[in-house]
Amino acid sequence: MARTSLDCRNLLCPMPVIRVQAAVAKLAAGDELAVYATDPGALQDIPAWCRVHGHAVLSSEERDGEVYLLVRVGGGASA
Amino acid sequence: MTEQPKAVALISGGLDSMLAARVVQEQGVHVEGINFFTGFCVEGHTHAIRADKRAEERQGSGNNALWVAERLGIPLHIEDVVEEYKEVLTNPRHGYGANLNPCLDCKVFMVRKAREWMEAHGFDFIVTGEVVGQRPKSQRAKYLPVVSAESEAEDRLLRPLSARRLEPTLPERMGWVDRERLHGFHGRSRKPQMALAERLGIETWAQPAGGCCFLTDASYSAKLADLWRARGAKNYDLDDIMLLKVGRHLRPRPHLKLIIAREEGETRFLEGYRRRYPHLRTVSCGGPIALLDGTLEEGDLALAARLVARFSAGRNAESVELEAAEPDGAPQRLSVTPLAPQAVPAEWYIG
Ligand code: SF4
Repeated sequence: MARTSLDCRNLLCPMPVIRVQAAVAKLAAGDELAVYATDPGALQDIPAWCRVHGHAVLSSEERDGEVYLLVRVGGGASA
Repeated sequence: MTEQPKAVALISGGLDSMLAARVVQEQGVHVEGINFFTGFCVEGHTHAIRADKRAEERQGSGNNALWVAERLGIPLHIEDVVEEYKEVLTNPRHGYGANLNPCLDCKVFMVRKAREWMEAHGFDFIVTGEVVGQRPKSQRAKYLPVVSAESEAEDRLLRPLSARRLEPTLPERMGWVDRERLHGFHGRSRKPQMALAERLGIETWAQPAGGCCFLTDASYSAKLADLWRARGAKNYDLDDIMLLKVGRHLRPRPHLKLIIAREEGETRFLEGYRRRYPHLRTVSCGGPIALLDGTLEEGDLALAARLVARFSAGRNAESVELEAAEPDGAPQRLSVTPLAPQAVPAEWYIG
């Protein structure tokens, strides 16, 4: 299992989702992706994208105008 | 084919594409969605500007396409086509609609991209929510055949909502879908879609008027046309077109435009651009932030400051103090008399 991080700060939705999609495509099942963003919409959109693709959001929070999500890549659906 | 047939459905976030995907899904086809981000989509980034009430109310993503995909239970692939779309928008073969919306070229482009995706991923056909006779009269007859032909999707493009009015396509001839269970909707009435949604147990919601993107909006198109005119060229980047969605736009000089925030959310949004544009903000009273786009010639900064003061809480005051700053410079203070409303000609307002 590997953990990578992805900087989506200053990107407006849906760009953070698109970046997550591209990053997940390079990862294997069980890998984790830490996502940093500033658009609060990412807090809804990234989990929604993960749900439809079978990936898990292990944690998500908003602090000081920043959004942080930890995604674990699922084994089923392709990115 | 013994395997389950696979279709890629264009998901715009509207009701028609959702119904079309559902109709083939109901026939046992494996469906995945594809959505294209052109930069002009109505949704998405807007929650960065103002609170997205609808997303809160309906719980889930503020992105319509993702919301639809969740309801359908299908994976959704969102493709960034911002760069490629520039050619579609600035040089449309079939011209523009009522505003700067190149709808026919746009549909051809998206179906072509979907076809490429289909081929790359071993899918069998493409599904769209297009309906016969839905477009303005002038384009009606040629519209759907042009999309099939120019996208080179040909008969792998199925429109489940109108299929029974069209020639049978490959998925119908191969028996991947049963033509009898497809529909024959036509024209601009929304009633058949509403009835079908109800029958399929799909909740309906308010659709953005006009279309799936800002280009159908007259005011937005006027701002885009103004941007191109001022630059002397039809070019743009993602920041340019995002900023056209925000604030009041005024052009007091051919070489200078002001983008003035109208409310707090817009102020926060425009503050994110302080490192890219010279800007002005009031300090002696409450007021908006304004970005200055263009060049500042003699007297322009004072004029811009008077204009910003006109939209501040100090609009009736003798003088208003403002701070002006270059993207990377220290702020400079200036004191001005706000412009009287009648001193702001209607032509300065864009859109
Ligand atoms: S409304 Fe916009 S996104 Fe929809 S077809 Fe027309 S140009 Fe394309």
